[in-house]
Amino acid sequence: MADAEFSVSFAGPLVTFQDAGRPGNMRYGVSASGPMDRLAFDAAHAALGNAAGQTAVEISLGGLILHCKEGAVTLAITGGDFVVEYAGQKTSSWTVLTIRKGERLAIRAGKAGSWAYLAFAGALQSKTWLGSHSTHSTSGFGGGALQAGQSLIVCDAAVGDDRLGDIPKPDFTPKGPIRVVIGPQDQCFAKNGVERFLSDEFKVTDAYDRMGMRLSGPELALDGALSIPSEPIVRGSVQVSGDGVPTVLLADHQTTGGYPKIATVISCDTDSLVQFRAGQTLRFTPISSQQAVHEARRYLTQKVQYLALISVARGSLEQRLMRENLIHGCVYDE
Amino acid sequence: MEPQFKAIADHALLVTFADEINEAAHAAVIALDKAIAISPPVGLIETVPALVNLLVSFDPVITDHLLVEARVRDCLQNLETQKIVGVQRHVQVCYEAPFAPDLDAVAAMTGLSTDAVIQAHLEGDFHVLMYGFSPGYAYLSGVIPDIQVPRKPAPVRDVPAGSVVIAGPQCLVTTLTMPTGWSIIGRSPTPILTGDPSHPFLFDVGDRVTFARIDLATFERLSKETAHG
Repeated sequence: MADAEFSVSFAGPLVTFQDAGRPGNMRYGVSASGPMDRLAFDAAHAALGNAAGQTAVEISLGGLILHCKEGAVTLAITGGDFVVEYAGQKTSSWTVLTIRKGERLAIRAGKAGSWAYLAFAGALQSKTWLGSHSTHSTSGFGGGALQAGQSLIVCDAAVGDDRLGDIPKPDFTPKGPIRVVIGPQDQCFAKNGVERFLSDEFKVTDAYDRMGMRLSGPELALDGALSIPSEPIVRGSVQVSGDGVPTVLLADHQTTGGYPKIATVISCDTDSLVQFRAGQTLRFTPISSQQAVHEARRYLTQKVQYLALISVARGSLEQRLMRENLIHGCVYDE
Repeated sequence: MEPQFKAIADHALLVTFADEINEAAHAAVIALDKAIAISPPVGLIETVPALVNLLVSFDPVITDHLLVEARVRDCLQNLETQKIVGVQRHVQVCYEAPFAPDLDAVAAMTGLSTDAVIQAHLEGDFHVLMYGFSPGYAYLSGVIPDIQVPRKPAPVRDVPAGSVVIAGPQCLVTTLTMPTGWSIIGRSPTPILTGDPSHPFLFDVGDRVTFARIDLATFERLSKETAHG
C-alpha cells in the first residue's frame, strides 16, 4: 500500500499526537497521557477496523485544517460535536470519509465537546518517547503538538469505501452528575466543604487544558492545614488549592502534589467530563469504591460491545446496491 | 508501622504510613514498593512512591481494592526497612557564572561565602525522595541546614534544564525549561533523562546522590559529549 501525505495548513493550540498512552512511568514523574476522551479515541480506530491504541490526532477547540498532498486514505473523526468541512460539505464528527490528493479537510469546534479525534486507515507517523507516541503536553515529549506547515505521513494508507458514513454515537455514556469516590483528604476540609462539593453546582472555567480543569463555585474551605506531604495524583483527582478552588486533574497531570484532594472522579466518567466546555456547569455525586469498581466493569463491557458493533464494515454503496438488486431480482424471478 | 489504606476511585489504593514527613515512613514506602515489585498483585498497573505514602494502581476489571489491600498486607508482614540501601548516583555540577545566578543571594542569606555555600552543597547526604511536577523531576532530601533557604516569593520563568536548585532541605536537578521559585546554584551536564530505553531515568526513588564540582571548561566538554552521544 502507498503512503498518504498531508500538510497542516492550520493547527490550534493543543492539537497533538496521542496513542493509548504510557502507563507505568508515574514513579518517574511521567503521567500516562493518551487521549482525554478514551472512548471517542477508541471509537475512531474501531470505525476503521484499526487495531486499538494506534496513533491518532487529538483536536482541541482550536481546530485543524489539512491538505492532502499525496495519495488517498480513509479516516474517521469522532468526539464531541465538531464541525467537519470536506469536499464543499459541512458535516459533523462521528463520521468516516475518504480524502484524496488535492482535497482539504477542516475540523472545527462545533456545538458541543472539547476534544475530537482524527484516526487514519494506516499508520500515522510521529515521534515516540518511552515507547509511546502520546504527547505529554507540558514537556512536549512524545509525538508533539501539530504545527502549521508540518507534514503528516500515513504509511500503508488504505481506502475502505465499505466504511464510509456516520458512526453511531455511544448511547451508554453516563448522563447526570459526575460520579466521585470521596477522599483521600476529605478530612482536611471544613465541615461543610464536602457537603457543598456534593450539593452545589460548579462551572468549568477557561483554565482547562490536558493537565486539568479548574472549576468555579462555592469556596471549599480547608480546615487548618493548607498542604499535606506531597503525594501521588491520578487522572480524576480533584485537588483543592489554598483559596478553596477545585481542579480536576486529567491526562497530563502532575504525578505528585501537596494540595489536599477532596475526591476522585471514577475512570468511566472522565470521558464525559473532558467534553465539557468553559461556562458549562456540572455537579458531583458520591459513590462507594465498590460501586465504582462495579461501574468501571459495566462500562468496559458496554464499551467492548459498542466498539465491536462499529468495527464491522457496512459494505460500500456499490456493494449495498448490488445486494439489494440481487434481492429484488430474486423477488421478480418468483 | 501500621499504615492506613484509602480507596482512590475505582482503580487505586493509597497506602499511607504517616501524616508528617519522617524518615521511617519514607523507608517503609520504599520497602513496600520493593516488596510489591517482587510479588505484584494480580492486575497491578503501577506503584508510585511518594514522601509518606505509596499509590498502588490496578486494573478494576481484573481486581479490586479489597483484593489488592489483602496482597499489600501480605507484603507488609515481612517488610524489612533496614536492609534497603539505595544505589549511589553521581551528578556533576558547575557552580560558575552564568549558571549560578542565585549563589550570591544564598550566600548573603546564610552569611556564608559563595565558596562555603558550594562546599556545604557538596557535603549534603542526598536521597531521592520522589519524582513529581514534571518528567524526571527527582526531589532530593539532604541539603544541610547551613544553606537551607526558603523559596522565592515568586517563581522565575524559563529556568534552563539542568539547573541545580535548592529550597529548604530539598534539592533537584531540573530536566525541562520551567519556572521555579527555588534558588539556582549551578548547572549540571549529567542527564537525568538518560535517553537509554532500558534505563530512561538516572535515579530510582531511594537512591543516594553525590554531587561533584566541575569547572566551566569541563561542563562545556561534557555537555557536548551528551549532545552528541
